[in-house]
Amino acid sequence: MEIDPFIFRLSIFILSIFVGYYVVWSVTPSLHTPLMSVTNAISSVIIVGAIIAALSGSDGVVFSSSSVYGFLAIILAAVNIFGGFLVTQRMLAMYKKKKKDN
Amino acid sequence: MSANLSAILYLVSGVLFILALRGLSSPETSRQGNLFGIIGMVIAVTVTFLSVGNFSSGFIYVLIFLAIGGSIGAFIAYRIPMTAMPELVAGFHSLVGLAAVFVAISAFINPTAFNLGIPGDIKLASLIEMAIGAAVGAITFSGSVIAFLKLQGIMSGAPITFKGQHLLNALLLISIVILTIYLCSTQSSNLFWILIAVSFLIGFLIIIPIGGADMPVVISMLNSYSGWAAAGIGFTLENTALIITGALVGSSGAILSYIMCKGMNRSFFNVILGGFGATDQTSGSQNKEQRPVKSGNADDAAFLMKNASSVIIVPGYGMAVAQAQHALREMVDTLKKNDIKVSYAIHPVAGRMPGHMNVLLAEANVPYDEVFELEEINNDFANADVAFVIGANDVTNPVAKTDPQSPIYGMPVLDVEKCKSVLFVKRSLSPGYAGIDNDLFYKENTLMLFADAKKMTEDITKNL
Repeated sequence: MEIDPFIFRLSIFILSIFVGYYVVWSVTPSLHTPLMSVTNAISSVIIVGAIIAALSGSDGVVFSSSSVYGFLAIILAAVNIFGGFLVTQRMLAMYKKKKKDN
Repeated sequence: MSANLSAILYLVSGVLFILALRGLSSPETSRQGNLFGIIGMVIAVTVTFLSVGNFSSGFIYVLIFLAIGGSIGAFIAYRIPMTAMPELVAGFHSLVGLAAVFVAISAFINPTAFNLGIPGDIKLASLIEMAIGAAVGAITFSGSVIAFLKLQGIMSGAPITFKGQHLLNALLLISIVILTIYLCSTQSSNLFWILIAVSFLIGFLIIIPIGGADMPVVISMLNSYSGWAAAGIGFTLENTALIITGALVGSSGAILSYIMCKGMNRSFFNVILGGFGATDQTSGSQNKEQRPVKSGNADDAAFLMKNASSVIIVPGYGMAVAQAQHALREMVDTLKKNDIKVSYAIHPVAGRMPGHMNVLLAEANVPYDEVFELEEINNDFANADVAFVIGANDVTNPVAKTDPQSPIYGMPVLDVEKCKSVLFVKRSLSPGYAGIDNDLFYKENTLMLFADAKKMTEDITKNL
């Protein structure tokens, strides 16, 4: 019997939870705030779904009832992607080592 | 672009996201990690464009909306003050949640575009995944909005409780399961809308009973939810990048909530059921006898510190409120010029989100290798001359170690009282979030400095 592709996705999902578990435990506590902002940015990869939804309109119709939700989701996810990565970058730039000349 | 090639590229972007989190294991590698994250995102978005392959007028609109959202995000990222990070993160979580809801709605209305069947006859598995994604997304959205309002101070941080609250929440959760089952058998769009509405309501109801200082747990929990919502949508869209990311973010948020709960020695359920700190206040103030307190001014504090050889700073949420981090660093600079060793001690739940204090100190140019976590520094208090507590309270209360009756008994605390002298900057003797008196105020070696944290710090610097 053939294996349902869902099982493969489920395997990826379960294994990723474990990867996440070990990777996140190795994050230093002083970087927990950047961790939250960067996870926030990467979870906005949901924009992939938003783009598919937005481009789902049939020929010539850009704004159909389903694509409108896609466009709205694109705006929300884009705020998150740019906001999340940039604010993380801004924070990380502040973490400096003690200057040698001190 | 072939489906196989795009699947592999989505996998690549998932791996880059893993590396983005891996980079955060130390400040040196963190900036590179962030770059990996950005590359992963660019790959995911580009692949999506190429695999949809529809470069008609709709594509232009996608780019326009992307640019609008992106500019808003970039503007916020550059303008937000570091003290407002908890609000920002809560706000961003709500956007992820709402985006998940919108994508699920779109997939429900037009399943053909997602290859999930036709309206009214959506594949069963897809429908379940869609319902989970939408429900978790909606809970994340309304929960994060409440957390945002509480952190921003628009809504009172006090827990809002009423009779039958937990029963109501339990019933609503059960109704979500029932609605999902009916949705699968009838494919009715009305049920789908009701499901989303009930989920919005639950998100709202589960966050209102949770008080302000428990926000570190709430934010981490919502972080986790936003991940599970993304994973749910990832299953619907059969997209590896989304599934991997959802799992990563979901487990990341869960671990952070666990660390925060452990920092307070409370179980996750105790925090989530809420109402903490609201009930104990009355009993605490009734039997409070007037105990003598030593109080001093900036001059006294400066004198003590000038004669010390090592000082440990204990910052807390009050420092963020008073925006005192820059003034504090100036004070420390002056101390260092006098050859006094200074380090910072951070309690896991100091502030309103995980790592909140570290970011504020980094913003004030404090080198991160002078900042220590509780386990790293707790033994050093016994050898230090002065502990300077600025804006922290419950996390220094020795009662947590001595009084089994206390609501915070067993919570790991900083052993501040072991220092030769303790300087405690606070506006009044009022109890902290847990609603209990801090024994440290009345210790022989404690000097209370009643003032605004920023002003007091500046005054001390002048007197040094």
